[in-house]
Amino acid sequence: MAKSASPSTRKARSSGRRSPLASVSLLVIGLLATGGAYALFTTSATAATSSQVSSMVSDGQKLFSSNCASCHGLAAQGSGVAPSLVGVGAASVDFQVGTGRMPGAASGPQLEKKPVQFTDAQVAALATYVATLGPGPSIPSSAYLTGKGEVATGAELFRVNCAMCHNVAGAGGALTEGKYAPPLAGSSAKHIYEAMVTGPQNMPVFNDLNITPEDKANIISYLKYLDKNPSPGGLDLGNLGPVSEGLFVWIFALGSVIAITVWLTAKSN
Amino acid sequence: MTVDTTAPASAPATSADLPPSNGTRVTNWAANYIDERTSISGLVKELGRKIFPDHWSFMLGEVALYSFVVILLSGTFLTFFFQPSMAVVTYDGSYAPLKGIQMSAAMSSTLNISFDIRGGLLLRQVHHWAALLFVASIGLHMLRIYFTGAFRKPREINWVIGFVLFVLALAEGFTGYSLPDDLLSGNGLRIIDGMVKGIPVVGTWISYLLFGGNFPGEAIVGRLYSLHILLLPAILVAALGAHMVLLIVNKHTQFAGPGRTEGNVVGSPIMPVFAAKAGGFFFIIFGVVMLTASFVTINPIWVYGPYDPSPVSAGTQPDWYIGFADGALRLIPHGWEFMLGPYTVSMNILVPVVGLVVFLAVVAAYPFFEAWVTGDKREHHIADRPRNAPTRTAIGAAGVTFYAVLWTAASSDLLATHFKLTIEGVITFLQVSVFVAPVIAYLVTKRICIALQKKDREIALHGFESGRIVRLPGGEYVEVHEQLSDYERWKLVSFDDHAPVMLRPNKDGKITVPARLRARASNWFFEDRIVPVSLTEIEASHGDQLTQEQVAVESR
Ligand code: HEC
Ligand code: HEC
Repeated sequence: MAKSASPSTRKARSSGRRSPLASVSLLVIGLLATGGAYALFTTSATAATSSQVSSMVSDGQKLFSSNCASCHGLAAQGSGVAPSLVGVGAASVDFQVGTGRMPGAASGPQLEKKPVQFTDAQVAALATYVATLGPGPSIPSSAYLTGKGEVATGAELFRVNCAMCHNVAGAGGALTEGKYAPPLAGSSAKHIYEAMVTGPQNMPVFNDLNITPEDKANIISYLKYLDKNPSPGGLDLGNLGPVSEGLFVWIFALGSVIAITVWLTAKSN
Repeated sequence: MTVDTTAPASAPATSADLPPSNGTRVTNWAANYIDERTSISGLVKELGRKIFPDHWSFMLGEVALYSFVVILLSGTFLTFFFQPSMAVVTYDGSYAPLKGIQMSAAMSSTLNISFDIRGGLLLRQVHHWAALLFVASIGLHMLRIYFTGAFRKPREINWVIGFVLFVLALAEGFTGYSLPDDLLSGNGLRIIDGMVKGIPVVGTWISYLLFGGNFPGEAIVGRLYSLHILLLPAILVAALGAHMVLLIVNKHTQFAGPGRTEGNVVGSPIMPVFAAKAGGFFFIIFGVVMLTASFVTINPIWVYGPYDPSPVSAGTQPDWYIGFADGALRLIPHGWEFMLGPYTVSMNILVPVVGLVVFLAVVAAYPFFEAWVTGDKREHHIADRPRNAPTRTAIGAAGVTFYAVLWTAASSDLLATHFKLTIEGVITFLQVSVFVAPVIAYLVTKRICIALQKKDREIALHGFESGRIVRLPGGEYVEVHEQLSDYERWKLVSFDDHAPVMLRPNKDGKITVPARLRARASNWFFEDRIVPVSLTEIEASHGDQLTQEQVAVESR
């Protein structure tokens, strides 16, 4: 699909914008060079892709103004209730809308996941549109999402970087003031990657210097390993640790033992 | 050839009339052989005649005993493969997400027990589940003893021994929990280290001694292992032996009932009925633990990963029985730590630690306190129904509530996420509850006990309301009251009555402060009370009641 390729190149280019003149001239040269070369070979193909992109952008813009602008503002510039989306990148939109967090609904201390309200194509359109507003993390390349990385490295990185909020087994955990880090079972590889690069709400951003894309892929592989392999010891009791084990021993083990003692000492009449 | 030493007891029964079979002859010979060399038959006869009353709550101690046996058996298996060393090795077992990771030999060998030794994971889980059941059943057993007053003379010493067993069980549990050197247990040790360091002046030194240098050091797992498999079990077994001997010497308590007095015990003799039942019960407990361990994961160290001082997992908890201590730490408000000159004074740690030690001391000393208050020097072998000692029961309920609040506090984070609350809200609520809830529990329990006593009294005197309305020949309507049988009534009316002690001057004509205190305590205990129904009251009440038989006669 075109959505993953074109927004990322656009962003890569515009992120070089340090001194306005330098970048403009670079852009012009770059565009002339690549555009010219492409035009020489496949004129029709480029035309098709760019028109597809621009139609996605305009679709996205329409979807945005009818669904998102009420909070984020018509130009996504932000408002009193919601932050600006300039520069959050396609990844952020794909994560927020793709997991059903957006469009937001005023609720408790933290915006909750809801059933996803848009089709994949609509999500892609929204992401493409927001990505045109400013450079930001793009949707990850599928090479990092295979779940075939090194699970051991991933597990170690997960324990060091993520477990304090999400729990070692990814079972989730409490944060302050009613906020929480959600359980990670069942999160898609793409959304895990996007969560790391965009840092939704109270989650920190893990950019490529903190955790390289390869290591992100390893973390994803570990989480997928946990998803695929049930606990070798039997029921995992929600992976909540000793609290659920204690409850289990009192309610089920001791409970059944007491039931047995009552039965053993019952008078046979 | 192996022969059961219990043979002498059964031998006389079988050899009565019939010509002895071959098998019997062998057992007889063996029994004789052993008896002639040990004179054990006297002991067996004596023991075999001991009586154990039947009530389900009297079996809780047995549950603890049998889970301890399961712990010993499974633990022995684990020692064959566990390496109590903190030497760093690279894991190369079959659990993929840890392959190639550096960890201590302790962790690596525990992983090997879990994944590469046949039956290892099952026995690890058996050991841990049995340990949780062990402490839980001890706890419940103690509550049974407390609420039935079975700690009264002559059993105060056994209460204290039992308390020591409880503390040893906690220590065994904690040392065991720390052995695998995984992330969770390391965090637990970190907290212990913090608590030790919080002790004024000597704390840091003790921590250095304990860990052989800076936390975590390289010594702690080996040291805990020595404690866990050598010293603590040895003391535990010795205390357990003393506990059992005293149990036999003191005989078991029994609930009131016809034919049951302070001077006898009604139940089944150890040989053969009780022994057979107990043997069966052991296998039932073993079975329950086995089933649990086969189907339910416990302490998945492979998820926690090796200990490393930097990460801490959300939802890090100790095993349930240490939870109350963790909860106490969590309930301390911010900012209780202050500087005194160059020293940090950690009130945030000292207060909960001292609080818990006091709580445990109160538990251990309660029998002596109650004996002092009642001034009762008699022996008690009839167990109280909890309602018949309202103040004691209420104090117990307050203690249980206090413990429960601390215990709940240990899972404050899980309460927050699972019930969509804020963690601050949960903590504040529990901070208030830890003081208020025991008081409420005390008051409510006391009232409930007294109400139940009143109801018992009513029923003993006037019988049940049967719901049948009868019209008498004279036109009067009455409800038929069904009288209790004498057996049932006995249970309701036989209990001790204590009146508050009178404050009297001693022989020098003075009223001492202790005497005054005691009078006040006694007043607190026995001010509100319901007097047991007396025989004369029962006889008197029969006259004015329309009983079942009378109705039958009249309506004919
Ligand atoms: C009810 C108001 C509301 C609506 C409608 C809404 N949002 Fe949001 N959105 C928010 C708020 C509030 C936040 C900030 C959440 C936070 O980080 O605490 C947010 C955050 C975001 C973010 C993350 C920004 C970042 O910093 O990474 C994205 C992306 C986003 N919204 C996209 C959308 C899209 C696309 C739509 C339409 C489908 C939409 N939102 C509709 C309120 C809204
Ligand atoms: C400071 C705590 C914190 C840390 C550290 C953290 N997260 Fe999160 N994470 C959160 C919170 C809070 C959310 C929920 C955000 C939201 O709902 O917008 C979240 C959400 C997520 C989600 C989305 C789950 C869903 O339900 O859709 C994923 C995936 C995720 N985190 C992965 C990670 C990974 C991987 C790491 C480590 C590299 C990590 N997190 C580290 C707090 C954290």
